[in-house]
Amino acid sequence: MDLPLRERIESVCRQYDRRRDRLMDMAIDIQAAERCISPEAQDALARELGMEVVDVQSLVTFYAFLTESPTGRVVVRLCDDIPDFLAGLDAVAEALSSELGLEFGQTSPDGQITLERTPCIGMSDQCPAALVNEVVVTNLTPESARAMARGLLRHGDPHRLVEHTGDGRNSHELIRAMVQNNLRERGPVLFGGPVTGRGLEAALRKPSAEVRAQVRASNLRGRGGAGFPTGQKWDFAAKAEGTRRTVICNADEGEPGTFKDRVLLTELPELMFEGMTIAAYAIGADEGILYLRGEYTYLRPFLEHVLGLRRRSGLLGRNILGHSGFDFDIRIQMGAGAYVCGEESALISSCEGLRGDPKTRPPYPAQSGYLGRPTVVNNVETLCAAARILEHGADWFAAIGEPQSTGTKLLSVSGHCERPGVYEVPNGLTLSDLLERVGAKQVQAVQVGGFSGHLIPPREFGRRISNTDLLTGGAVLVLGEGVDLIAMGVRVLEFFVEESCGFCTPCRAGNVLLLERMKRVAAGHGEEADYTYLAELSEAIKGTSRCGFGQTSPNVVLDLLRHFRPVLEKSIGIDPGNGTREAFDLGAALRDAERISGRRSTHHLAERTEHREAAPRKEVKIDGQTRQDTPKEGER
Amino acid sequence: MPHTKKPRVATVSLAGCFGCHMSLLDLDERFLQLSDIVEFGRSPINDLRRFNERCRVGLIEGGCCNEENVQTLVEFRESCDLLIAVGECAIMGGIPAMRNTLPLADCLEEAYLDGRSVYNPSGRIPDDPELPLLLDRVYCAHDVVKIDYHLPGCPPQADTIWQALVAVLSDNPVNLPYELVKYD
Ligand SMILES: Cc1cc2nc3c(=O)[nH]c(=O)nc-3n(C[C@H](O)[C@H](O)[C@H](O)COP(=O)(O)O)c2cc1C
Ligand code: SF4
Ligand code: SF4
Ligand code: FES
Repeated sequence: MDLPLRERIESVCRQYDRRRDRLMDMAIDIQAAERCISPEAQDALARELGMEVVDVQSLVTFYAFLTESPTGRVVVRLCDDIPDFLAGLDAVAEALSSELGLEFGQTSPDGQITLERTPCIGMSDQCPAALVNEVVVTNLTPESARAMARGLLRHGDPHRLVEHTGDGRNSHELIRAMVQNNLRERGPVLFGGPVTGRGLEAALRKPSAEVRAQVRASNLRGRGGAGFPTGQKWDFAAKAEGTRRTVICNADEGEPGTFKDRVLLTELPELMFEGMTIAAYAIGADEGILYLRGEYTYLRPFLEHVLGLRRRSGLLGRNILGHSGFDFDIRIQMGAGAYVCGEESALISSCEGLRGDPKTRPPYPAQSGYLGRPTVVNNVETLCAAARILEHGADWFAAIGEPQSTGTKLLSVSGHCERPGVYEVPNGLTLSDLLERVGAKQVQAVQVGGFSGHLIPPREFGRRISNTDLLTGGAVLVLGEGVDLIAMGVRVLEFFVEESCGFCTPCRAGNVLLLERMKRVAAGHGEEADYTYLAELSEAIKGTSRCGFGQTSPNVVLDLLRHFRPVLEKSIGIDPGNGTREAFDLGAALRDAERISGRRSTHHLAERTEHREAAPRKEVKIDGQTRQDTPKEGER
Repeated sequence: MPHTKKPRVATVSLAGCFGCHMSLLDLDERFLQLSDIVEFGRSPINDLRRFNERCRVGLIEGGCCNEENVQTLVEFRESCDLLIAVGECAIMGGIPAMRNTLPLADCLEEAYLDGRSVYNPSGRIPDDPELPLLLDRVYCAHDVVKIDYHLPGCPPQADTIWQALVAVLSDNPVNLPYELVKYD
C-alpha cells in the first residue's frame, strides 16, 4: 500500500538531509513522483524543512516544469519558438492536438496526457521538436506527430517513441536519444582532437596563480554571451574573502536558438568536467555544480555516469590525481524550465533552492555567490576552452582568431539554411562567410545572439563574430525573405513577457507595454507616433532594468526601428482623418454587448463599425505565407 | 487662425465621477476670471448639449465605457482644436477600468443578477434600447482619439487645471510646477 503523502514527502526530504538549499531537487523529485506539488505537498514540505509555505509556493509557481495541480502521466511539450514556426510548426501542432483530442494547456480526462507549448528546448537545428516527459522528439512532421500521438495513446511510454537513435553518443545506452549532433564544422580548439586529460595534469603541476595567469594570457573571454575575461573572473574569486569556494558550470542554455552546449554535453563532457576541475584548482574551490537545464534531463544519467567514472579514476574526490589537499567534487543541479536562470545570479538563487530571481549586484558572484561563497560561473564552452588552454598553452590559443577575440566560437545555426547545426569557427568570421558555409540564400536578416541579441540586416553582413563586434552566446538564426519580421518581434516579446522574473517594474511592466504596442503595429494599425513611443520605452527598459534580461529584451524592437523601418512603415494603418485612433475598433468593442443584449448598436456609428467588419484584423504569423487569406494593404 | 472673439472651451464628463468638474468649480473666484477670458461651448457648466461652434479647447473627464462616450469623444475631437485629458479616469481609465479584468457578461450578472445586495425581481439585465451599449472594457481617452495634453490627478487640483488652461489659451508651453503634478 502507498505511504501517505506526508511520509512520501518526508522521505524525499531525508534524501537531501532536509537542507533548505536543496529545495529545487526535492521539488523536482516530488513533481516527478506525484505529477504535481499540490498545496498539501507544499504544506508538508514547509513543515518538514521549517519554512513558510509561501516560500515553498513561491518556488513552485516560479518554474514552468513545476505545477500545483497534477499534469498527465505523460507531458508533451511542443516547442513553439521561431525556428519551429519556420519549419512548419502550425501543421504539426494541429496534428498533435487533433490526434490527442486535446487543446494546448489541457490534460486528458483520464489523467494520462498533458499537451503544452514550451519555448526553445535546444533542438532548433532539428525542429519542430518536442519533449515528451524527458524524451526528446525531433524533426516532427504532421504525420510523425500523429504517429507519436497514437503511440502515446496506445502504450503511454515516451521511450518507445525513439525508433532510431542519433549519431555519436546520442546512441550511448544511457542517452538513447533521436537527437543528432549536426556538428558541421570542427575547429582546432574544442573539437580539434581527443580529450586526453592533459590539461588538468598540466594545471596540477603549477601553482594555482600560474594557472590563472595562463588563462589570463590566453585572453579567453566568456562564451555564455557577456564575454567577460575568464582569467580575471578567476582572479577575483581566488582573491575574494571566504573559506569555501564554488565553481558552477552554466549549462542552462536557455537563449532561444542556442544548442551548442547540448553537443558539448553529449560529446565532450569529460573536457567540460576537466575545465571545471582546473577552475576549482585555480581558485581553490572544493565544490562544483553543473547547472543543467530541465530540458536536457535526458543527458543526466549519462553525465552522472561520466562523473562516476571520474571519481573512480581519481579525477574527482579527495587528493585529485594524487595532489594532496586538492579535494573537489561536482554535483548536477537540474533546472526546471526558467530562461532567466541562465543569468548567473538567478542561477545561483536556483542552486540555493530559491526562486530563480537575479540578485542585486554588487556583490558579484566572484565576491559572494553560492551560499555567500566566492563563486565562478562559467559557460560550458568557456570551461572546455580553458581545459584546452592548459593542455596546449596560452600562445597556441591566442594565435587562433583575433588578437582581441582569441580562440574559436561555437555557433548554433538554425532557420532558413541548408545546413543547420553546430559550427566551431575562429573568432572574426564574417556573417557573410558564415552564411555561405551554412548554405543560406535570400536572407532578409540574421538574428545573432538569440532573442536578446541583435537583428542584423543584409547591408551589415560584413560584421564579424567577435568580442569586439557581434558578441554572442552562439545563436545564429537565419531569416529568409518570407519571414514577417514584425510578427517575429511580437513572438520575441511574448517570450520575454512570459519569462521575466517580475522583480523589477521596467522589465515586468515595460515588456508588456512593448508587446501591446508591437501587436498593434503587427495588426496593421501602427501610427507614426508608435515608433517614437516604442523607441523611448525600449531605452527606458534597457536603462533601468535590474539584470541583463531587461537590459536586452527590447533589442529586437530597437533593431527593427533602426534597420527595418520600411517594413514597419508598411504596417502604418489608414488614418481615419478625424483624430480617432486607427487601432480603436468600435465594432469589436461592442460585440459582447450586442450579443448580451441581443440588439445592434443604435448609435450613429454603424458606418465605422461596418468598415471594421469588412477588414478583419490580420493574424500574427511569423511565416509570411500564412497571411494570404487575410486582406492585404489597400484592399480595405 | 487668430481668434478675434473670446476662445471657446468645451467640457464633458464621460466615464468619470464629475470629480474633475468639481475641481474646475474649485477655481472659486477665479472662475469669474475664467468666464471673462473664455466662452463656454458645449459643457455641463452651461448645460449646452451640442457643439454650435468650433472650440479652442476641450476638457475631457473620464474614459469611455459605452458607445455614447465614444461618440461624444469623437465629436469633441472633431470640434476642438486641442483636447486635454483631465484626471486619472481620462488618462488611464481609473476606477471604472477596474472591470477590465472581467468579461462584460460577468460584470452585468454581478451587478444586476448575482450580487449580494441586488433586488431585481424581473431577473433581467437592463436592456432598454435607449441605453447605450457598454464596451467590452473601459478605454482611456487616448485609446479612442488623439489627445494633446494629459493633466494627472484624481482629480487634478484646480490650480493645475487653471495654469494649464491659461497656458494653452495664451499659446504658451505648459510647464506646470512640480507641486502641481506630483502625487506621492
Ligand atoms: C537572461 C540571461 C540569460 C542567460 N542565459 C545564459 C545561459 O543560458 N548560458 C550561459 O552560459 N550564460 C547565460 N547568461 C550569461 C550569464 O549570466 C553569465 O554571464 C555566464 O554564464 C558567465 O559565463 P562565461 O563568462 O563563461 O560566459 C545569461 C544572462 C542573462 C542576462
Ligand atoms: S530585469 Fe527582468 S528578469 Fe531581471 S530582475 Fe528585473 S524583472 Fe527580473
Ligand atoms: S479622475 Fe478622479 S475625480 Fe476625475 S473623474 Fe476620475 S475618479 Fe473622478
Ligand atoms: S527547439 Fe524549437 S526553437 Fe529551439
